[in-house]
Parts: sequence; structure tokens; C-alpha cells
Amino acid sequence: MATMQSLDIRRRSASTEVPPQVRQSAIQVAKLIDVSKCIGCKACQAACLEWNDLKAPIGYTDGTYNNPTDLTPTSWTVMRFTEYEKGDDLEWLIRKDGCMHCDDPGCLKACPAPGAIVQYTNGIVDFVSENCIGCGYCVKGCPFNVPRISKVDRKAYKCTLCVDRVSVGQAPACAKACPTQAIYFGSKEDMIVHAEHRIADLKSRGFEKAGLYNPPGVGGTHVMYVLNHADKPSLYSGLPDDPRISPMVGLWKGVMKPISLAAIAFAGVFGFLHYITKGPNEVSDTDERKADDLAKGKGA
Amino acid sequence: MTNSWNDIKNTDLVLVMGGNAAEAHPCGFKWVVEAKANNGAKLIVVDPRFTRTAAVADVYAPIRPGTDIAFLSGVMRYLLGNNKIHQEYTKAYTNASYLVKPGFKFEDGLFSGFDEGRKAYVDRSGWDYEFDEQGMAKVDETLQDPRCVINLLKAHVERYTPEMVERICGTPKDKFLKICEMIGTTSTSDRTMTSMYALGWTQHTTGAQNIRSMAMIQLLLGNMGMPGGGVNALRGHSNVQGITDLALLSTSTPGYLVLPTEKETTYADYMKSRAFKPIRPGQTSFWQNYGKFFVSQQKSFFGAAATKDNDWAYDYLPKFDVGYDTLKIVDMMAAGQMNGLFCQGLNLMMAAPNKTKVQAGLSKLKWLVVIDPLETETARFWENHGEFNNVDPKAIQTEVIVLPTTTFAEDEGSATNSSRVIMWHWKAAEGPGEVRSDMEIMSDLFSRLKTAYAKDGGAFPDPILNLTWNYSNPHNPDAAEVLKEINGYAVEDVPDPADPSKLLLRAGQLLPNFGVMRDDGKTSGGCWIYTGVYTEAGNMSMRRDASDPTGKGVFPNWGFAWPANRRVLYNRASADPNGKPWSERKKYVWWNGSRWTGPDVPDYAPTVAPDKAVGPFIMNPEGTARLFARAAMPDGPFPEHYEPMDAYIANPLHPKVTTNPVVRVFAADANAFGKPDKFPIVATSYRLTEHFHYWTKNAHANAVLQPELFVEMGERLAAAKGVKDGDWVEVTSQRGSIKAKACVTKRLRPIMVDGKPCDVLGVPIHYGFIGLTRKAHPMNVLTPPVGDASVQTPEYKAFLVDVKKTTPPAQSPAVA
Repeated sequence: MATMQSLDIRRRSASTEVPPQVRQSAIQVAKLIDVSKCIGCKACQAACLEWNDLKAPIGYTDGTYNNPTDLTPTSWTVMRFTEYEKGDDLEWLIRKDGCMHCDDPGCLKACPAPGAIVQYTNGIVDFVSENCIGCGYCVKGCPFNVPRISKVDRKAYKCTLCVDRVSVGQAPACAKACPTQAIYFGSKEDMIVHAEHRIADLKSRGFEKAGLYNPPGVGGTHVMYVLNHADKPSLYSGLPDDPRISPMVGLWKGVMKPISLAAIAFAGVFGFLHYITKGPNEVSDTDERKADDLAKGKGA
Repeated sequence: MTNSWNDIKNTDLVLVMGGNAAEAHPCGFKWVVEAKANNGAKLIVVDPRFTRTAAVADVYAPIRPGTDIAFLSGVMRYLLGNNKIHQEYTKAYTNASYLVKPGFKFEDGLFSGFDEGRKAYVDRSGWDYEFDEQGMAKVDETLQDPRCVINLLKAHVERYTPEMVERICGTPKDKFLKICEMIGTTSTSDRTMTSMYALGWTQHTTGAQNIRSMAMIQLLLGNMGMPGGGVNALRGHSNVQGITDLALLSTSTPGYLVLPTEKETTYADYMKSRAFKPIRPGQTSFWQNYGKFFVSQQKSFFGAAATKDNDWAYDYLPKFDVGYDTLKIVDMMAAGQMNGLFCQGLNLMMAAPNKTKVQAGLSKLKWLVVIDPLETETARFWENHGEFNNVDPKAIQTEVIVLPTTTFAEDEGSATNSSRVIMWHWKAAEGPGEVRSDMEIMSDLFSRLKTAYAKDGGAFPDPILNLTWNYSNPHNPDAAEVLKEINGYAVEDVPDPADPSKLLLRAGQLLPNFGVMRDDGKTSGGCWIYTGVYTEAGNMSMRRDASDPTGKGVFPNWGFAWPANRRVLYNRASADPNGKPWSERKKYVWWNGSRWTGPDVPDYAPTVAPDKAVGPFIMNPEGTARLFARAAMPDGPFPEHYEPMDAYIANPLHPKVTTNPVVRVFAADANAFGKPDKFPIVATSYRLTEHFHYWTKNAHANAVLQPELFVEMGERLAAAKGVKDGDWVEVTSQRGSIKAKACVTKRLRPIMVDGKPCDVLGVPIHYGFIGLTRKAHPMNVLTPPVGDASVQTPEYKAFLVDVKKTTPPAQSPAVA
């Protein structure tokens, strides 16, 4: 749905064109996931499947509550359960995993296909399937290991933050379905204020390190967490403590880019020189005959 | 619920025990989250497993399945011993001061009046108060007499020391005392605790007594009738509250009236024990209106055929010899005593304990009619599904007829939720294919039966021929007509008792409330507690006004809460004997000088002044609530800890009476119970939030979210058995065995019971051999065929098993 026609594009992958600049006042949106209110019921997962018409395959249990066991092209959000022993006490840390909608999105930076990944002015990062070439660079570019490439159509998929709902003033399906209001949605500013109230409540209950997860290494995120243990995000099924875009992306898009372009130019020049010095490849009668046989199914 | 879902936001402390609200009631659990976030409430979870509710709790304590009474009696001992009770409330509003007959005793695990041969308390006459010449119960206001209820209670719970609780329940003493302390903080007038429970308390041979224990705690704390208080049953199915209200038990009729027994051959006999005269001066004893509700109900059943001359068609009612609960029905089927069975909205093969016995029973029927929107294991009980249902179809002669019905979204009608709120729901879609609504199927069946009886006569056709069936379309009644019939109406003009020249009700007028019901045949009403749901002002269950004028979570114009649109029961008790709120913070219903007022409908005569000293528990003839249950329970006036029938240990309190002495055990099941030498692991069954019973395994999204049966076991047990996450294990009980994948977890730690470590294993109930989820052994293969002594709820929550590593099940053969 996102072409350069849209006035709401802030950034576009692999493009040098400057997006429309008129609309600058868009509110930054954010989804706030309060793990201290989350009961791991997976209503968000069900809502995601239903709203997005995803037919995830029915799998098997691996002896945990993680089902499906990982993000897939048809499961854009999954609950991840971690049993954390702290002395004699046990905590069951439950985290809703999915795209974090980074303000500085590694996927978008890594993507070589023009317009396959866009960032809207409200902060949402979305994949535009018709432009996706299935190269998987977004997977490498993502510090949260979120995008998945479909084996069916070789396109990358992930949570859209229900951009189709948000653009008509609705909250994402997961937030709508959450029975305990563990998922809040609104302006990023409001979400930060709300998080502060929750953090104060958690601190009063003995979680001294409670805090907001909005990692600066990716410019902050448009999906944020309230964590009981904000000092140790990795407790929550490996949520990165300090996520950053892989240096390889910088390398590829930075230093490597002119070198690569030079290599491509060199290959072109070499080919041209080879053509004028050696002439074109000739096709012999034998080659034609073999090709005919292959086409008719006779060939080896 | 005595209170309501919305009311939970008013609480200061939530105790989830005997339930798992976050997982089994996630939508209602929002009110706990609300109370925590905005009322500073704390959440305690006591559960054998560290559940998803425990994941958001402030305090969690483990407990061995089936030992809740020991825990709760220990809490009572703590509250009484540390003066953490609401003294004034307990004295004024409970039977704490009543004197109990000298005949009442408790010795070596048995209350007085036990008959060893009949396994029953045959003589319960001692389980009562002492009465004076006027028939009034004697009391000692000073609470000094050792025969006072409160002193007998103290003596009874004295044995439940924290050490004893730890020994029986496996709950570490420090955790137990921490929880006692937190509960004790709500004995003040400005703090309340709410109790949320579900099948974790009911599905035991001591089920009803589990809940009574909590009711007693809430009375001692002064938390009944208070906002944010109460004893709150979380109902599982949509409208299971409705079916309960409309006579769930085989010995009930709608509105918690009682079906006559075979000994009550006349209406006069029946009413003899239902006079409900007050046993304290000036008390309401509201059940004195029993006859009005009964006669109105008979009029709604039999219309003009119910007359004063025929005792309101009393003879048309069946008279019961014993209760015909699910366990009894299965036992009779298995004994070959039944020809046919209608299974409507019930997947008996999965829902009744001891699947092998159910299977055998269904195989002996001549015919089975399954009325259900889904394919069920019951309808396919005769099919071979490999080891998941290894039967020989050729050997089964039962004729199975499946009548597909609409689902809840494909028809309209009312449903009653846990808060007792009756809410209308509208049809959202047409049902597929040839489905018909349950009501249409039953109407068709009735009309055919009536025709057959009219034509052929029979031993006693009168009740069928005279059954009221006044619907505009007798073959498919409109649900609104049925709700009107349940609400009730005036059969003829009813004069105003205060001024006979005026009419109170004109003929045909819908009844505004149950207060106008009569025992002279002038009113009709199917279920007195529902009266007021459909009045001349319209269908109250359709109301959807989401406003809460006082902010107390009352929502008075949303649906209709029975009785009388009251949201918190016993709410008169939220004010002190003088009618003043116990505290400003918990102000709810109070006397304003001329009447009772507040955000809710008072549970009391609206203009009876406090100085009349009418007790707030108006349903009881004493006007007070009962710490001592008199003879109302079959297994004792005080709760007592008994081991589950699969007993893990000899009862440390009285080893000679280990299990509930009055449990009903069928002769066929004499060897159905396991012993710990062979089955040394304690197991419990439970629900997963991703599934609803045996339905959602047919729904794609739910099947994706929890695709396959597993059993949960702690790391110690898994290590001892050489089992890792995802390995196949075989779980065996005295009844049979199942295979499942292992879920090895830190959330099930071994607990120390009677000095030795006890492993607990959990099995979710949802999986079977029909549906989209992976085929599985129905887990009710494992569960014991025995029920609660009071109401026969099966003991699904505590049984003994053994477990070992095994190979995956062989793939089942394809079924046409």
C-alpha cells in the first residue's frame, strides 16, 4: 500500500528519492507491552492470526508453552515463556515477541530493494511485498531477529503494527484483544507517561529495577516494554540488552557500497572489452540440436 | 458469585485458590489487574502449579492437590488465635454466639451420628442449636459458653497448626504464615479480600466444604456483603450459571427449589419441612415464601391443569429416590440398566471420569442421541482411533443419532454470567446446513411425544399432555417468549392487598418482581429468582447502559442481575447494626433515617429500620450467617480435612478415617482407587487458556496456539525418570494410562508432605481424538469415578499416578 504517492512515508528502502516533506506533524505512535500485566493468554496471537488472515500450520508441542515455537511468516507475534529462579522464588517471565518498529530500522537500512521496506511518518515500519525480492537482508539487518522469509513466495513477513487499522484510527488487533490491558496503544509520548505510572507501581511492589525498554541503540522503538527487570532485558527470552544494527549493514551500505559499485562497473567494462577483443559467443549447430532435445525432454 | 466481576476492582486483596483465573477466565481477570493497578491490591495465588495467574501474583504458595481444607482451617486458626477477625461483624451477623446441642461431637475424624454400615451420618439431630420453649435458638452474647459456635470452631481448627498445614499441604510454613498475615489485614472495616475460585475447589470429594471454609473465613473477616469482598465462583461455560439457576442438579427445580422425594407423596408432606419459621425473634426468613415460588412454578409448568384442588398438579412432578447425577448415569449405563441416552451439549466421553467405564456404558446402550454443534468423541465413541480409542466397532451395537445444532452465535436468547447478570445475545449468523437450534429440536421432540401420548395413552400421560406450551410457534418458540414465561405473569387480576378496590396486577401482566408472587394460583413464574428480567418495561436482559454512576462497579442498567437486579448479595452487611457503613471507604448500602440506600439494590426489606434488629442474612431463619452449618451438609457442620479417594498419605489428623467417610462409592468401583505404593505421584487436571474445554480443538487458531497434549512435571521427577522436554511419557493411574509429551518445568517443585518429598504432575483436559489438534488420549482415562459428598462433582483435581518414559503412540488408522 505504500508507494511514493503516500504522503505518510518518512523513509523508503534503497531509495535516494526524498519522500514528500509536507506532512511533518504526524504523531509518533507506540505500542506499550506491560509484561507485569501480561498473563500469557495468547489472545494477541489469536487476534493477529484472525485480523491478518494468517493460516499458521498446526504444529506440535515441544514441551513448553511456546506455540508456535518461533516467529514464522504466518505467525507475526508469539509469546515467549521463561522460568526465572531468583533465590527461592520463581518468576514466570512472559514476553510477547514481534517487530519492535525501531525508529532507526536495521531492516530498512539493509534492504537493497527499492521501496520494499518503508517507515511511515508515525514511526511504523512496514514491508511492501510487491517490492520485496526475498533476499533476506532484512533478517540480517534486524537486531531483534524478527523478519521471516516465506518458503511459499520468497517474501519477507513480520508484524505491520496493524498499519491498516492504525491508519483509520483503530488500535492494533493485539491491543484490542488483550483482556488485561497489558498492551496499550497510543502516541509514544502518552505511552511513556503511562509506563512511568506502571513502573512506580512495580517499584512499590519490590521490583526496584523496573523500567521502560525503549533502546537508544536503534533510535528507540515504537513497540516498548515495561519490564520488572529492566536492568536485565535478556532474561526475557533473550530480548537484546543493547540492540544495535549489525555493523555489516553499515559496512554494506557505507564503505562497501562504492567498492561494490566499482566492482560492478569493472565487470561491465571488462565484459565490453572482452566483447570487442574476442567477439560474441557463437552458437553451433550441435548446441542447437542439444537444446531442442532438452526442450523435448529427450536430453540428459 | 456473591459479588460481581466488576466489583473485584474494589478489593484490597485477591486470593486466587481453587482456581486459575488468569488462564481459565482471562477476560474477567482484567478486574484483578484493575484492582492491582488502581486500588493498590495485592494478589495471592495458592495452587499446586505455578500458573499464569501466579505469574502476575505478589505472593505464590504451593499446595498439594486436595488439601485446601487443611490450609483454610489453618487460616481460621491463625485469624481466631491472633484476633484478626472482625469482632463486631462476627458477633452480630453470624451464628458465633449460638449454643450447639450437647449431642454434637467430633471425634477421630467423625462427627456424631455416623452409621458405619450405611456410610452416612444417619442421625444429624445433634448438629443443631439448642432451642428455648418458643423454638428460638439459644445464644450467649458474651461468647463465653464453651458450646458457643465460635468456641467449638476454635476447638475444631486448633489442630491445624502451621506445622500441621505444612505436613498435610506441603506449603512451607513461612509462606503459609505470610499469607495468613496478609489475609488478616482485611479484618478491619476499611479493607476487604475477595476470594476467586472455580473447579479447583469444587472437583473434590470435599468440594462443597472447600467453599464453605472460605465462606467462614470471609465471615470471620467481615468481608461478606462488602464491596471487594465475597466468595466468588468463576463459572466456566457461557451460561453455566443459567443452567444452574434453571435446575442443574437432578434433584432441583428452577430457582433452587427442591424436587420432591419419593417419601413426600403429597403436597402437604412436601411443605411440612418447608415452613421455614424464624428461629430467632423478628427475623425475615425469606424462604417462608417458598410456597409462592413453588405454586407459581407449577402454574408455569402446567397452566390451568394446576389447581388448588389437585395441589397444583403436585402429582405431575417426578419424585426422586436417589440423585441421577452424571456419575450415577454412567454407572447405570455400565451396569446395563439404561436403554437410551440423550447427550445434549455434553461430551460425556471426555467430561465424565474414567473414560473406560463411560466407553463400556455407551456400548451397552441401544441408542444414543447426541445433540451438539460439533463432532464429539461421544458421537464417535464406537470408532477405532488406534490406541487413542481402541475399540472394535463390530462389537458395538449402539445406534447413534447426531442432531447438529446451532452454536451460541447462531441463535438468540439469554445467558447468565458468573456475576448473576442475565444478558441477551442476538443471532450473529445463520447456522450451516441443516442445523436447528436446541430449542427447535426439543420442541419437535416434545410435540412428537405429546402426539404419541395423546394417541396411545400410557401409564400416566397427564404431565405430558398438560404441559404448558403457549408459544406463537410451538415448533420453534421465540426465546423472548420463553424468558417471559420464566419471568412470570399474572394469570388473573390480582387485587392490591393494601387496598382491594385497586388492582395490583391485571391478568396477563408480566410480574415486576418476585415479591408479588402468590400461592393461590393467581401468578405464574418459571424461576422466581429471574422475576424482573422481563417486565412490562421490556426485556431487561437487553439493557446495555455502560454507566456506573457511583464508580463502585455496579452498572445497574446493564442487563439484569438476579435476584432483583442486585449486584452484591447480603449487602445489608456492609453497614453496622445501626445501619452506618462500617467505613467510609467501603460504604455501599446504609440506612438514611427512613430507608436503606446506596449504589446497589439493598438485600433487605427497604424500610425496616436498624433498631428492629433484623439480621442481614435474610434467607436463613436465624437471620445470621452460619459458621456452623447445622445439618445442611451431609459431611459435617464444620469442614474437615479428608484425603482424596486416591489418598497420598494416611490422614495425619485421624489415620482411621483418611477419606471423606460419606462419599458415595459404587459397588462396581470398589477397586477403582489407587494407592501410593503403586502410584506415588500426585496428579491434578486443569485447563489451558488457549482452549475451551473440548470445543476449541475444532478451531484453527486455538489449535495453532496449543496443538498437542502434554503433561507437566517438575525437574526432580523428570530427572528421576530420565525424561526431557518433549519426550513421550506414559502416565498410569488405577483406571488406565495415557501417553503424552513431557513438559519439564521449574513451576512444579516437589513439596514436603508428611516429611517426604512429593512430586506433582499436571494434565490438561482438552485433547481427544476428534478435532484439529493432534490426536491424543482423552485424559479422563486417568480420573477416579467418585464425586463430592454433597453434590457429586467428580474428583478430577486430585488423584494418584505413576509416570515413565515411553515411545510415541503408533499412528492411528485412518477413519472414514
